Amino acid sequence: MRGAFGRRDILKFGLAIFALLATAISISRAADDFIIVQSTTSTQNSGLFEHILPVFTKKTGIEVRVVAVGTGQALKNAEKGDGDVVLVHSQPDEEKFVSEGWGVKRYPVMYNDFIIVGPATDPAKIAGMKQAPDALKKIAEAEAPFASRADDSGTHKAELKLWQQAGIDPTTSSGGWYLETGSGMGATLNTAVGKQAYALTDRGTWLAFANKDDFKVLVEGDDKLFNQYGVILVNPAKHPNVKAKEGQAFIDWLTGPDGQAAIADYKIDGQQLFFPNARPES
Amino acid sequence: MLEQPRPLTTFDSGAPFLGTLLPLELRHLSLETGGRRLIDRIDLKLEDRGITVVLGPNGAGKSLLLRLVHGLLEPTEGAILWGNAPMDDEVRRRQAMVFQKPVLLRRTAAANITYALGLRGVPRSERASRALRALELAGLRHHAFAPARVLSGGEQQRLCLARALSLDPEVLLLDEPTASLDPASTLAIERLLIGAKHSGIKVIVVTHDVGQARRLAQDVIFLHHGRLIEHQPAGRFFEQPESDTARAFMAGGLVL
Amino acid sequence: MLDFSQAFDAAVRQIVTLDPQLLEIIALSLKVTLTAVAVATLIGLAVGGVLAVYRFPGRSAVAAMLNALMGLPPVVAGLMVYLLLSNAGPLGVLQLLYTPQAMIIAQVTLVTPIVAALTRQTCEDLLEEYRDQLRSLGASSAEMVTTLLWDGRYRLVTVVLAGFGRAIAEVGAVMIVGGNIDHVTRTMTTAIALETSKGNIALALALGMILLAIALAVNVALMGIRRLANHFAYA
Repeated sequence: MRGAFGRRDILKFGLAIFALLATAISISRAADDFIIVQSTTSTQNSGLFEHILPVFTKKTGIEVRVVAVGTGQALKNAEKGDGDVVLVHSQPDEEKFVSEGWGVKRYPVMYNDFIIVGPATDPAKIAGMKQAPDALKKIAEAEAPFASRADDSGTHKAELKLWQQAGIDPTTSSGGWYLETGSGMGATLNTAVGKQAYALTDRGTWLAFANKDDFKVLVEGDDKLFNQYGVILVNPAKHPNVKAKEGQAFIDWLTGPDGQAAIADYKIDGQQLFFPNARPES
Repeated sequence: MLEQPRPLTTFDSGAPFLGTLLPLELRHLSLETGGRRLIDRIDLKLEDRGITVVLGPNGAGKSLLLRLVHGLLEPTEGAILWGNAPMDDEVRRRQAMVFQKPVLLRRTAAANITYALGLRGVPRSERASRALRALELAGLRHHAFAPARVLSGGEQQRLCLARALSLDPEVLLLDEPTASLDPASTLAIERLLIGAKHSGIKVIVVTHDVGQARRLAQDVIFLHHGRLIEHQPAGRFFEQPESDTARAFMAGGLVL
Repeated sequence: MLDFSQAFDAAVRQIVTLDPQLLEIIALSLKVTLTAVAVATLIGLAVGGVLAVYRFPGRSAVAAMLNALMGLPPVVAGLMVYLLLSNAGPLGVLQLLYTPQAMIIAQVTLVTPIVAALTRQTCEDLLEEYRDQLRSLGASSAEMVTTLLWDGRYRLVTVVLAGFGRAIAEVGAVMIVGGNIDHVTRTMTTAIALETSKGNIALALALGMILLAIALAVNVALMGIRRLANHFAYA
């Protein structure tokens, strides 16, 4: 068999490459009509997107692809132009995003609330407390294990704010009773359950979470646990690749009567997870 | 470049092209590594048609000499001339070599031969028939489509020789081809070498087996410590070796 | 606490009913990895073969680098490809981020060093045996490469299967460049990560079992090939 590249060999080689390219291309979906939404793991884990997105797609034919990361990362990705819309829950960061020119305009969409969950044994005895910062103070004093997301997410930032209000810096005990998982909501909850630790979580994720063990909702209802979601179109002036028309269509739908109804409609075990509160456009 | 494939089943065709690669001339040939002279200033002229045997104790440099004249090694000093032309790739194409351990590709016996023919540029249509004829010659026809590496040691070496012969070489070099073979295989190989000689191929075979040398040689090159000790016609060498080393070697002693 | 038998039962049920979402995920995993392995093999065999045969300055440095890259953590490969494909990056204009193509690219960067380094090793070993004979027969360097690649085919098949095993099981690279988007870039491994984070242990286990089954099938195939090769002394 002659080893050098004869014509036959080039033909075989060429056919192989062609076959590979054909396969590769066939994997790519023809969908040109799609937008990428940078959102958070808590929203994804709650199952909300599976419920509301098909409604939007059916109406407009636009596919919505959600990349779920922490709020901080979602906003940074959007700054790089790797998304058309952001849907996150950290108002100060969202406003900064817009004021720095990365986003066009911030629209409030929905809210839910945070809750503190913990093992049934409740070592710090915080069940039923009305003030979240006070509960955290008791956890710190008892040095009971607490699992934090520690990932620059909206939930994490809300948690840090509560510690601040309690006058405690828990990071000094990081690795001790304060566990910084650096993970999404679900992963952090897994860690909390595994370590019998307290955790701050949004109600949506908690209701949808399938690994609760004997954990209970221990603290809820404090105004400081209010969790507002906002949606922003990534600024096409900064990143021309942004699909502004489709992105805005999504925002309009989400904040309009149909989207808001779909959000309110999403329930687990009869319990509503998110409460629509978009302001009507004036 | 050879024009016509030579029929391999007859051994009495003349060798009109033999004159082109002979004589083999070595002028002051040396090979040195790490400060040691492995081949030491050899001057030699080979012009006869018969089988030349390179004889000597182990470590004498016989294999190295063969590799040098086949162009697998570069000499440190001196010149190698085949038919007044310096050693190069073109010259090597007109030679074929069989090594001490059979080297066969992981394919069938016949495929090993057609592979070599392909490298030489033999047209695809001719390769199969030439390979089969070579296998026939070596008594391996019935193993043509067996995986080459499951054959016995003797069969593998015969296959290597068949492959070499199929290339129509003008010069055939063999490095201790039967060193690890049983007598029956050794006999088969030797018969093929004699046949090759009769078809006009110049055969140079390295061996440390005096008996084999006696059976095959027309002339003998005796090496020791990388130096050419003797170059004689076989009859004279075996009856009356000139050097003490050769005498001691043939008497069966360990020559240091 | 986690009840394994409960989860196991649910897992088997998932598999047996051939849930379409499950099939979609498995199909995507296989498409991405098989394509990546095919491309990586073409590149890796060529690079490995050339590296084994040709002598050039810096050759051993390249070989050492390839060996080191075999241990490239998938998440690092994912990060590098992400930076390339991001809209803020040099290849952003290709709009490949969060697509299966990006995942293929990331896995190619993981698998190619494996194939190349192991091919180089295989060819070098073969060359030890063949070099003098091939030179004697007049093979050029290019001819030596193709000869060695074909001759070492059984060993190289196991090399390719090793690359496949690495790619099908990794999650770091495909997660970062693919974004784990439902119906678009969700593979078995990223789905396992997601379902685990949702506490859906049963589904995560089901996917894990299928992944293991594939790994097992690959290994069985490997054993079969080895046995075949030994039978013909082609190993």
